Amino acid sequence: MFVRLVYESFRRQTRRKLLMATAVTLGAAVSTAMIAIAIDIGDKISHELRSYGANLVVTPADANLDVQIGSVNLKPAGGAALIESDLPKIKGIFWRNNITGFTPELPVNVKVGGADATLLGTYFAQTLTFGKQEFTTGARKTFPWWKVNGAWPADDSNQVLVGEKLASRLGIKSGSKIQINGVDDPVVGIVSTGSVEDDEIVAPLGLAQRIAEEPGAVGKIFVSAVTKPEDAFARRNPDSLTPADRDRWYCSPYPQSIAFQLQEVIPHSHAEQIRQVAQNEGNILSRIEGLMLLITLAALFTSGLAVSAAMATAMFERRQEIGLMKALGAGQFALSAIFVTEAVLLACAGGLVGFAGGALLARKLGQTIFGSAIAVEPVLLPLILGLAIIVTFAGSAAAIRRAVKYDPVNALRGEA
Amino acid sequence: MKPRQSTGTPMFLRMLTRAAILRKRTALSALIAIIVAASASTAMLNLFVDVQGKLRKEFRGFGANIIVEAKTGGSFTRDDLQHINSAAAGHGLAVPFAYAVGHTSDGEAVVIAGTDLELVKRLNPWWAVSAWPQRPGQALVGVRAEKILAPSGEPFTLGYQGRTLHLSPAGTVRTGAGEDSRVYLSLQEFQAWTGLQPSVVEIAAYGSAAEVSSLLSTLRQSAPAADVRPVRQVTEGEANILKKTRSTLLWSAIFIVSTAALCVLATLTGWVFDRRRDFAIMKAIGASDWLIAAFVAGEAAVLASVGALLGFMAGVGIAAWIGRANFHAPVSPRLDVFPPVLIGCLLVTLIATLLPLRLLRHIQPAMILRGE
Repeated sequence: MFVRLVYESFRRQTRRKLLMATAVTLGAAVSTAMIAIAIDIGDKISHELRSYGANLVVTPADANLDVQIGSVNLKPAGGAALIESDLPKIKGIFWRNNITGFTPELPVNVKVGGADATLLGTYFAQTLTFGKQEFTTGARKTFPWWKVNGAWPADDSNQVLVGEKLASRLGIKSGSKIQINGVDDPVVGIVSTGSVEDDEIVAPLGLAQRIAEEPGAVGKIFVSAVTKPEDAFARRNPDSLTPADRDRWYCSPYPQSIAFQLQEVIPHSHAEQIRQVAQNEGNILSRIEGLMLLITLAALFTSGLAVSAAMATAMFERRQEIGLMKALGAGQFALSAIFVTEAVLLACAGGLVGFAGGALLARKLGQTIFGSAIAVEPVLLPLILGLAIIVTFAGSAAAIRRAVKYDPVNALRGEA
Repeated sequence: MKPRQSTGTPMFLRMLTRAAILRKRTALSALIAIIVAASASTAMLNLFVDVQGKLRKEFRGFGANIIVEAKTGGSFTRDDLQHINSAAAGHGLAVPFAYAVGHTSDGEAVVIAGTDLELVKRLNPWWAVSAWPQRPGQALVGVRAEKILAPSGEPFTLGYQGRTLHLSPAGTVRTGAGEDSRVYLSLQEFQAWTGLQPSVVEIAAYGSAAEVSSLLSTLRQSAPAADVRPVRQVTEGEANILKKTRSTLLWSAIFIVSTAALCVLATLTGWVFDRRRDFAIMKAIGASDWLIAAFVAGEAAVLASVGALLGFMAGVGIAAWIGRANFHAPVSPRLDVFPPVLIGCLLVTLIATLLPLRLLRHIQPAMILRGE
C-alpha cells in the first residue's frame, strides 16, 4: 500500500513533481558548479599568476653584490657561479609538479661595434631530462611578456635576439648580423620586454658561456612555481620547528619551503623568493579565493531558500489530499512517512541529475575561462545529495506539519 | 484590519488586499522567493561592478606599472621632474630614484640610490624592511650589501668620486631582487653628497588599462627628454587575471540569478494553479477573462515591487558584507542596479502568473469547481 501510494503520487501528479524536481535539480547543479569552482579557483588563478613570471630566484651562495643600474651592468666578469648540469635536479624536488618552469641566466659584458653591451645567455625552450622525465623550459615559459619580432633562436645555435632599444640604436633588423667581440652572429629576432633586456643582446646560454670562457656556468636561475599564499607559519625558521611541524612546513608549497628545497638540490646556492611577485601573488590569490568562497556561500544559501520556497508552495497545494488521507484514517506517522519518502526520492533524483549537470557546467566553464577543465571530485556527490535532502525537507516540513495537524474537515472544504 | 461593510475602497483594491491577507502563507512563500532572487541579483550585480576596482587596488601592490627614465645615461633636470610630477599628480604615485656607483672602504663597488623613502614605502609594500631610516645619516641597506658593509650593524663609510659619507644602517631591505645589493638614502642627502639628479621616476598609475595608457601618452608629451614605458610584466599580468576573474564572476552571477528566477517561476506558477477555484468562482459570477488577468497581474506586480525593494536592500547588505570580509572595504551600494532588478522581478512574476492563467482560461468554470 505504502509503495503504491508513493508510486501513484508520482504518476498522477507529474506536473507538480516535475516542478519540484526541476527546482531541486537546478539548485543542486548550481551548488555543484559553484563549489567546484570555489575549490579549484585557487589552483587556476595561481597558474594564471605565473604570467607575472618567476617568483623565486637561485643565486650562488657567495655571490658578489650586483652592480647594475637599469640595463648597465658594471659588475666585473667572473666570481662565483652555479653549474648548468645541476639544473635538471630542480625537477626532482618534493614540489616538482608545482614548478612550471625555470630559466638560467648568465650575463656577459661584450663589445658591440666598439661600445659596451650586455649579452644575456639563457634558455629559450630547452629540453632537459631528469630520470625518465623529459620537460621543456626556458624564457618563453617563465617570461610570457617577452615579445619577439622575428623568430626565437634555437638553444643549441649561435642565433641571438637583440633588444628593441639596442637594435634601433645600432640599426639592426632581424635577419641581419651583429658583431659580438669581433665575431658575426645571426640576429633572428628583435625582443621587446619593457624592461632591461630591451637594451641587451639575448643569446642561448651555450653561446654566452663560450664568450665568457666559463663552460657550464650559470649566474642566476629564475624559477616559476605555483605556491600557496604565505602565512605566519610559512615565515617560521624551519630549523626551530619540531620534527612534525617541520614536515608540515616542508610539505606545504609555500614560497619559503620551495626555496629551501631548491637550495637543497643545487649545491652552493642561495634561493630566495622574488618578493614583488611572490608576496603580491599571495595577496591576490587569497582575495580571489575569499571572494569566490563567499559568493559560493551566497549561492548555496540562495538556491537553498529558492528551492525551499518552491517546495513549500508545492506541498501547500496538497492539503486536500492530506485531508482525505486523514479522513480515511491515516495516522500522523503514516502520513509523514509518505511525504518524507517522496521528498527523499525527489531530492536524490534531482540531486543526482543536478550533480551531473553541475559537473558538466563546471568543466565547460573551466574550459572557456581558464582553458583547462575544472574537475569535480566524486566526494562532492554525497554532500550535494545531503544538501538536496535537507533543503527539500526544510521546504516541505513546515507545510507537511501544518497539513498533518489540520482538521480534515477544513482541509477538505478548502478552508485551510 | 476590520472588515469594512461600506464600499469606500474600490472593489479591485479590496480584492487585492483581502487576497493577500487571507492567503498570507502562499503569498509569503512567493514573496520570499522573489526577495531571495532580487537580493541575489543585486548582490551579484553590485559585486560585479565594484570588484574590478577593488582588485585593481590589490594589483597596485605590485608597484610601478610605468617607468620614466632619462634617455641613455643622463638624468632629469628640475623642470623635467616638475613636468613629470604634475602629469602624474592625481593619476598615480610618482617616486623619483637617483643612482650612483660608489665604493666601500675596501674598494668594492656598490650601487647607492637616493629616493623619497616615504613614497617608496607606499609604492612597494612588498619590501621587507626591518626599520625605515628616521633621521639624516641613516641608510636602508640591502640584505646582501649589509653582509659586506655592516655585518653587525656598525656605521660604515661610502666613497663617491673622492667624497666620503658616513652612514649608520637604520635597517635592512629584502626583496629577492636587485634592491638587496643596494644602499638607499633620502634624496636630499644623496644629492648633497653626489650632486646627481634623479634619472628614473617609477609611477604606480591607478585605474583601468585605458586610464594607464592615457597617462602614458600625457607623460610622453610632457617629458620628451624621457623614455616612458609601461612595465609589461605588471600590466599584462593584471589584465589577464582581471579578465578571468570577471568572467568567473559573471558566470557565477548568471547561475545564481537564473536559479533564483526559475524558482520564483515555479513558486508563482504553483500559486496561480492552486487558486483556480477562486478564478472559477469569479468567472461564474460574471468576471471577464481580462478582469481576472488584470487582478492576477496587479497582485504579481505588487509582490514583485515589494520583493524587489526588500531584496535590493538585503542584496546591498550582502555585497557590503562580502566587500568588508574579503577586501576590508565595503562595496558601495549602487542605486543604478535597482531598475534592472525591479524590471527583472516584474518580468519574471508576470510571466509566471499570466502563463498558467492562459492555460486555465480554456477550462469551463464548472469543471474546475467540480475539482477536475
